[in-house]
Amino acid sequence: MSELETFRAEARQWLEENCPEEMRDGAAGEENICWGGRQWRFQSDAQKVWLERMAQKGWTVPAWPKEYGGGGLSKEEVKVLKEEMRKLKCRSPLESFGIWMLGPALLKYGTHEQKLHFLPPIARGEIRWCQGYSEPNAGSDLASLQCKCEDKDDHWLVNGQKVWTSYADKSDWIFVLVRTDPKATKHNGISFILIDMDQKGVSTKPIKLISGNSPFCETFFDDATAPKEHAPGVSAIVGEVNRGWDVAKYLLTHEREMISGGAGSVGNAMSSRGMGQVAADEVGREEGGRLADPLLRAKIAQAEVDGWAFLLTLERMKDEAKAGQGVGANSSMLKYYGTEYNKRRFEILMDMGGSEELEWEGERTADGKRARNWLRTKANSIEGGTSEVQLNIIAKRILELPGA
Amino acid sequence: MSLVLTEEQEMLRDAAHGFLERNAPVSALRKLRDENNPDGFSRDLWKEMAEMGWAGILVGETHGGADFGFVGAGVLAEEMGRTLTASPFLSTSILAATAFNKVANDAQKQENLPKIAGGEALYALAVDEARKHGPAKTAMQAEKHGNGFKLSGDKTFVADGHVADKIIVAARSAGSAGEQDGLTLFLVDAKAKGVSVERTQMVDSRNAARIRFDGVEATGEDVIGEVDGGYMALEGVLNAGRAGLSAEMSGSAQQAFAMTVTYLKERKQFGTEIGTFQALQHRAAHLYSEIELVKSAVLKALQELDANYGMAGPICSLAKAKAGEVAKLASQEAVQMHGGIGMTDEYDIGFFMKRIRVAQEMFGDGSFHADRLAQMRGY
Repeated sequence: MSELETFRAEARQWLEENCPEEMRDGAAGEENICWGGRQWRFQSDAQKVWLERMAQKGWTVPAWPKEYGGGGLSKEEVKVLKEEMRKLKCRSPLESFGIWMLGPALLKYGTHEQKLHFLPPIARGEIRWCQGYSEPNAGSDLASLQCKCEDKDDHWLVNGQKVWTSYADKSDWIFVLVRTDPKATKHNGISFILIDMDQKGVSTKPIKLISGNSPFCETFFDDATAPKEHAPGVSAIVGEVNRGWDVAKYLLTHEREMISGGAGSVGNAMSSRGMGQVAADEVGREEGGRLADPLLRAKIAQAEVDGWAFLLTLERMKDEAKAGQGVGANSSMLKYYGTEYNKRRFEILMDMGGSEELEWEGERTADGKRARNWLRTKANSIEGGTSEVQLNIIAKRILELPGA
Repeated sequence: MSLVLTEEQEMLRDAAHGFLERNAPVSALRKLRDENNPDGFSRDLWKEMAEMGWAGILVGETHGGADFGFVGAGVLAEEMGRTLTASPFLSTSILAATAFNKVANDAQKQENLPKIAGGEALYALAVDEARKHGPAKTAMQAEKHGNGFKLSGDKTFVADGHVADKIIVAARSAGSAGEQDGLTLFLVDAKAKGVSVERTQMVDSRNAARIRFDGVEATGEDVIGEVDGGYMALEGVLNAGRAGLSAEMSGSAQQAFAMTVTYLKERKQFGTEIGTFQALQHRAAHLYSEIELVKSAVLKALQELDANYGMAGPICSLAKAKAGEVAKLASQEAVQMHGGIGMTDEYDIGFFMKRIRVAQEMFGDGSFHADRLAQMRGY
C-alpha cells in the first residue's frame, strides 16, 4: 500500500471513531456552520466535541504546520482527508475568516512570533476574525481607502470607518487595511494591522440587506488603539509598514478562489439531484418524462453544461497550480465565472419555483429560504471585487491588453 | 487522475505544434481550396503523419500503432484545429480506429488496424441521413438476403466519404426509424457494386460526401459487432469522434482568440490601440473564461474515454456542447473585433469561422448534446 493509501485508511478509521453521529449528516447550510470565537454558542454538544477533537488533531487546518496548530499534511493528504470526510458526510468542524484569510496571509507574510501567537487560537476556534477592507468611499477602488492610522510611539491610533465587514458584530478581532502614510501614492501608504475589537474605540452596526439578513456590518474606529506589540516580539502590523497593499492583494486573490470554490461546492451539492429533476418535480413532466416547460428545460440544460464545465475548470486549475501556490490571476476568472453562474442558477431556481417560492414568511418556504438565497447571490458578483473589476484584471494581467 | 497532460502528452503536443505550423498552416488549406484539389487534403502530408505515428495514434503496438490513447489523439486534434489542417485524421484515425479497437472481431482488427497505422487505407463513418444528427433516426435498410444482407439507403455529411477506401455504415436490420434497437454496423468497400459517392464541397473547404447504397451486398463477415445490437457500439465510436471534434474546436477557438487579442494590441483607431477600450477588453476577458471551460471539459472527456470508455457518454456530450458553442462565439467575436478586415477572404479568420461551423454541427450540435445530457439526468 502506498503511503497515501495508508494515510487514507488511518484517516478513515480516525474519523469513524471520532466524528459524532450528529455531525455526519453532510449539512453544509449556513445555519449549520461552526464559526467559533468568544461569543460562540455551540448548536449541540456534538458540535463542540467534534471541534475539540479535530482541533486536537490539527485537522481544522490540516495543511498548516503542526507548530501553529495545523495538521502538517501535504496537499495530497489534505485532498484525501477531504475525500474521506465527504464519504462519511462529516460536517466541517470549523469555518472562519481566520482560516480562510488571515491564516494564509500570516503564513506568507507574518513573522514566526506572529504565527505562534495568532494561528493556534484560530485553529482551535477560540478567536473569530473579521476583515476590514472596504470603506464608504473605497469600494471597487479599494486602494483609495482613507482609514487613518497614526504612529503614537508605543501604540497605533486608528480613526475611520469600514463597511461590508462580514460578521463584525460576532467577531473578536479584526484585520484592517489602514493608511499609515497619507502623503505617499495611494498603493504605497497602506498597512495591514491586527486590532482587538474588545475596546471602547471599536463599534459595529449590522447592515440589513435585500435578503432581510445582516451578514455584513459597518465598523467604526474612534480613537481605537493597537499596541505596537500585542505580546513581546508580536508586531500588530503584518508585513512591513506601508507595504500592506502586497498583503491585501495576496488575500484578495485568495478570497476570489474561495468565493469561486464556494460556488463550486454549491454546484457539487446539487449534482446528486440536479436542477432539472427538482424543476420537473416542481413544474411537472410531460409524457415520456421530460420537463413540461420546454423553454425552462432548455435554460436548465444549458446552465448545467456551463456549471459542469466550470467545476472541471476549478479542478483543472487546482491540479495545474504548483504545490503550495495558488492559481494566480486565474482566480479572477474563477471568481467572475463562478459568481455569475451562481446568480444565473438562482434566477432559474426562482423561475421554476414560481409563486410558491415567493412566500417571504411562513413554514411552507422556511421563511422564503430560496428567495433569500436568491437575493444573497446578487452580492456574489460584487463582494471580493465586482465582475467588472475581475474582467479588468483578466484583460490586464492575463491578456496583457494595452492601457488595462 | 489529475486534470493535466502528462509529460509525454506535452511532448507530443509541442512536436505536433511545430510540425503543423511548418507543414500545414492555414495557407495550406487555402491553397487546397484555391486549386480545387480533388482530395481536399495532401496525401504527402498524410504519409508523413503516418510515419510520425499520428495515423495510428489509437492503434495498439501489436498492430503497428503508437497506442497513445484518446488524450494523445485529442492533443493532435487540438493542434490541427489551431492550423485548420485538412487530413483524414478524424475519420480514419479516430472514428475507424475506435470502431475496430472497440467493436470489431480479431480478424477485422488484424485486417484493418495495421492499414490505419500505416496510412495505407482511408475510412469513413456514414451515419446521418437528414440535416440534423440523430443515430437512432437511421432508416437505411439492411435487408436479410440469403446468408447476408442487402443495403439500401442514403447517407449524408460523411466526412472524407469521397476519398475513403472503406465505409463503416449504420443500417437498420430490424425495427423502425427512431428506435435504438435494430441497428447494425457494416464495413463496405467504397468500390462495391451499388455504392455511389457524391463529393460535397462544404463551407469550410473540407470535404464530405453524400453516399447512396443501392442494394449493396454484404456478408456476415462485413458486420462489425452484433447484428441488430449496434446502437451502443455506434454511440461509443461517435463519442470518440465528438471528443476529437471538441478538441479540434478547442484548438480553433484558442487560435482565433489569440489572433484577436494580437489584433486588439496592434490596431489603432481614435489615436490609440483598440485594445485599450473597456468595451472590447471585457468581451475578450469573458471569451477567455469560456475557452478555459472548454479546455477542462475536453481534457476530461478524453481522459474518461481512456479510463472508462463505456461511461464516457455524458462527458463527451458536455465537451461537444461546450466546445461547439464557445468556438462559435470565439469565431463571431473574432470577426467582429477584427472589423472590416475580418470580412475579407484574404484574411485567415474567416476560415476559422467556417470550419467551426461545420465541426460544431457534426455528430450533434450544442442543442443536441445539452438535450442528451438533460435526458441522461432524468428531465
